Amino acid sequence: MSILVRNVSKRFGDFIAVDHVSLEVESGSLTALLGPSGSGKSTLLRIIAGLETADEGQILLSGRDATRLAPQRRNIGFVFQHYAAFKHMTVRENVAFGLKVRKRPKEEIRDRVDELLHLVQLEGFAHRYPAQLSGGQRQRMGLARALAPEPQVLLLDEPFGALDARVRAELREWLRQLHDVVHVTTVFVTHDQAEAMEISDQIAVVNHGRLEQVGAPRDLYDRPASEFVMTFVGDANDVGGRLVRPHDLELLNEPADGSVEAMIVRVTILGRDAKVELHDAGGAELVALLTRDDFDDSGLWRGQTVWIRPKHERAFAA
Amino acid sequence: MVFVGLPMAALLWEASSEGTQSFWDSVSSPEAVAALKLTLITSLAVSGLNAVLGTMTAWVLVRDHFRGKSVVNAIIDLPFALPTIVAGLTLLALYGPTSPVGINVAFTQAAIVLAMMFVTLPFVVRTVQPVLQELDPEVEQAAHSLGASYVTTFRRVVFPNILPGILSGVALAFAKAVGEFGSLVIITGNIPFQTEVSSVYIYGRIESGDSAAAAAVAVVLLGISFLTLLSIGAVRHFATRHDRA
Repeated sequence: MSILVRNVSKRFGDFIAVDHVSLEVESGSLTALLGPSGSGKSTLLRIIAGLETADEGQILLSGRDATRLAPQRRNIGFVFQHYAAFKHMTVRENVAFGLKVRKRPKEEIRDRVDELLHLVQLEGFAHRYPAQLSGGQRQRMGLARALAPEPQVLLLDEPFGALDARVRAELREWLRQLHDVVHVTTVFVTHDQAEAMEISDQIAVVNHGRLEQVGAPRDLYDRPASEFVMTFVGDANDVGGRLVRPHDLELLNEPADGSVEAMIVRVTILGRDAKVELHDAGGAELVALLTRDDFDDSGLWRGQTVWIRPKHERAFAA
Repeated sequence: MVFVGLPMAALLWEASSEGTQSFWDSVSSPEAVAALKLTLITSLAVSGLNAVLGTMTAWVLVRDHFRGKSVVNAIIDLPFALPTIVAGLTLLALYGPTSPVGINVAFTQAAIVLAMMFVTLPFVVRTVQPVLQELDPEVEQAAHSLGASYVTTFRRVVFPNILPGILSGVALAFAKAVGEFGSLVIITGNIPFQTEVSSVYIYGRIESGDSAAAAAVAVVLLGISFLTLLSIGAVRHFATRHDRA
């Protein structure tokens, strides 16, 4: 089921949380809403879910106007950052909730819940209470609960935000695999650009309530539409007012056209890459990323003065 | 122990001073039984009413926003702060023979319920309020997103979570109602077999110099209060079983 957000705005008092946002999410795709905290990405997601109402604009689900539809009638699944588990119910009862509310036959509920518990690898935990689960397990339960009534859209609000780095990486990978199996139109909110780059088909970058750019992860990285996108999606150096990716910096032993003098202050070997930190004449910090081969051939050393030259650069209108 | 245990021991001593037969006779005299029955029935009724009204009041105080909410919130505790005899006088003035609102319930069983309601309402409000405040609104939103109506969400998600609060508030209110004296002594008229509750009956026994009978009925009240408090502990333990990892 496709999602169409048409010119949606939302204010909280004087604060404009969402500012005339339009966005199209293709049926069956996995889209990330990426932005810093307070950028309005969660509010936008909650408006799609019907948990918040838009002040203006429209939400279309499968081409049908859902702007005034209660969340109960949107046929969505929602996953919350802090799980929102029904703590007085067992894992099985949590997952079965949406099906029981829809008054499905008992056997059907049992089979569907079994299927989902298998999918989220919680078969052995059916009779536990949420308080007896780890964070990662709770969130998998949250996912199973949201998926149980076979929603047309799955919405996840910073689903891994409360988890530690290792579990986060695991669940992120697992969500991608799950999406390949289940194929439900999915939108998830994150402030972590690596997370968005890794698992989504499409990323919508949100800043100050506005949509900065929408595109495939690669497009955002290679062809950022604004300075914000350039710096938020991937790293960027400011070389004399021009933005350059760390791997697009050349380090030369001689001055050349368009080069800037800088001193190497630190070198870190990161497996296949070498990270070279420099200070330019004004003391600004720069980072260059070289492959190990290039680095080893160059014979660079800490304290050396070099001339850096951007291979590609970008200037953005302010 | 000294503050609580010693007076209790003294009461038991006094009640048993004339032997078990005498104790039993005092407790089972028709007037004492009628008073006890009346006390228990009205206390139960009041507890039930409180469960509903107290929960509704707590809900409004937590979930609604209106002008003067903090004033209302402060006034809830008034029955706690007010001497109960003053509460009795106030109720008599308001709902007695000279009622300005035209409601006269003085010297009827309705007056008992009214007075008990007044002095015990804060219990349920104050036990449910913090639970409601702590309830994560996202849990209700999760239920809505799963297709549950507002009624179903309340019944299946909110209510099970606030039930322990309601029950302990109700139990406290019941314990307080069973022993209520000050607010009842004026407005009920203390008519034996009609509007005389146990606490007032005890007072009457003491007035007529029968302190052993007074102590005997007091022991029964004490036992009821004690059981009620024990049941609160059991209810809490049962209702929070999901939280123990």
